[in-house]
Amino acid sequence: MQPDNNISVIPKEKLLEVVKNLQSEGFEALHCLTAQDKKESIELVYIFQSLKKHRIFTLKVGLALDGLEIETLSRLYKAADWLEREVFDLFGVKFINHPDLRRILNPEDWKGFPLRKDYTHPDIVAKPKF
Amino acid sequence: MQKTLDQEINEIQTEEYLINMGPQHPSTHGVLYLELNLSGETVVDCMPHIGYLHRGIEKLAESRTYTQIIPFTDRLDYIASMNNNLGYCLAVEKLMGIEICERAQYIRVIIAELNRIASHLLAIGTFAQDLGAFATPLFYCLREREKIIEIFDEICGNRLTYNYIRIGGVQFDLPRGIDKKIKNFIGYMGSKINDYENLLSVNAIFLARTKNIGVLSKEAALNYGVTGPSLRASGVKWDLRRDFSYLVYDKLQFDIPVYNNGDSWDRYKIRLDEIVQSLRIIEQAVAALPEGDPTVKVGRMIKPPAGEVYVSTENPRGELGFYIVSDGSLYPYRLKIRAPSFANLAVLPALVKGLKVADVVCILGSLDIVMGEIDR
Repeated sequence: MQPDNNISVIPKEKLLEVVKNLQSEGFEALHCLTAQDKKESIELVYIFQSLKKHRIFTLKVGLALDGLEIETLSRLYKAADWLEREVFDLFGVKFINHPDLRRILNPEDWKGFPLRKDYTHPDIVAKPKF
Repeated sequence: MQKTLDQEINEIQTEEYLINMGPQHPSTHGVLYLELNLSGETVVDCMPHIGYLHRGIEKLAESRTYTQIIPFTDRLDYIASMNNNLGYCLAVEKLMGIEICERAQYIRVIIAELNRIASHLLAIGTFAQDLGAFATPLFYCLREREKIIEIFDEICGNRLTYNYIRIGGVQFDLPRGIDKKIKNFIGYMGSKINDYENLLSVNAIFLARTKNIGVLSKEAALNYGVTGPSLRASGVKWDLRRDFSYLVYDKLQFDIPVYNNGDSWDRYKIRLDEIVQSLRIIEQAVAALPEGDPTVKVGRMIKPPAGEVYVSTENPRGELGFYIVSDGSLYPYRLKIRAPSFANLAVLPALVKGLKVADVVCILGSLDIVMGEIDR
């Protein structure tokens, strides 16, 4: 099982700088990138993995709903290309300087961003009450 | 004035053209659509389009109880359902901070490794089929895989989507006499490994089609986030069963096969070697199986404390991770599935550039993707 990982929260301006440091410290892989809707903001969660150090490291970046833009990591980690497209598709976060920012799972003409909490669709039924 | 032949040849224009491979194509292993830009038969560019199997499992999970999500995980990587169940249940158990009994842990190891063998068998069989070894290797693999499925059928009553590993244990205890069947299978499968070596590993056509095709370097593999057998075939000794050990893997003896070329051949051979190691693990686990009651004690309505957890486990295809955020209610606030095939497919365009169309099929087969977990 993964050891309890270190979580650090940083402002979005410092992302590239912090990630460059991480990469030079031996975090070879961007293991996972996801986001969660915190109602008043969207929080990006980057999980890095270091094989040399036997560690994972979590980086969190909060984005206000009126400024859903952040620098891409695809120049540092190739894995970021598809992972960022997925977050763009499901949460609507724009990644600046991304080489090919398109929807990846949903069709190109899909409306809305499904994993946001305020997303509605006729096919989504309310939670059963217990 | 009449042109000479040389002049005519010089004036011939070539241009790139585009072919669509999939979404219904037998060797794309599901509904994958590849847009291939060709110059003659050489691939200039490859653009995968995914999402044809997108069912929105992550969104659905937000309106299901923790127990109700287990059947969804069956349908991610449907070739290795048990391993998906396992990864999800371990994540929820870590979130709740519960320990499960020793017998359940051993049962989980046995089941997960059996399913790993089944998955690798299918990977090898379909890979050989993709390369044109029509029917024979695939039928051999399916014959062996059938024995595993029969064991699963006896244990939990299902053949493909098991829903067997539950939060806090397993659904049922092992039926009486199953350990003998598993032991028989280990002996049977061990004797068949040689058949595969003779059929494929020394086959001149198979070697010519796979050696030095689609070489993935160590650095590129890490940078693209490739995991599992494909990473180990590129010379990285990294296996979560050893490196971030879970369940009782640290008490069992097994080797981690590593190859250094990172070509399609290595990605095939490493799966065959891993089958042998899995057999070793199962043999030890069956022998050490303790007594006890492995069934679930925590109930179906689970309210984990608020918090978040990230757990990844070693699936047949790589590292399957679950990132769960709980707000203390019956439903997860957010469930993210980190699918191994997603990263393993993203590397495809880099591997196929400059090769022939037929090699695309070979590389895709050697990466062993399952669309169910890519599209989710």
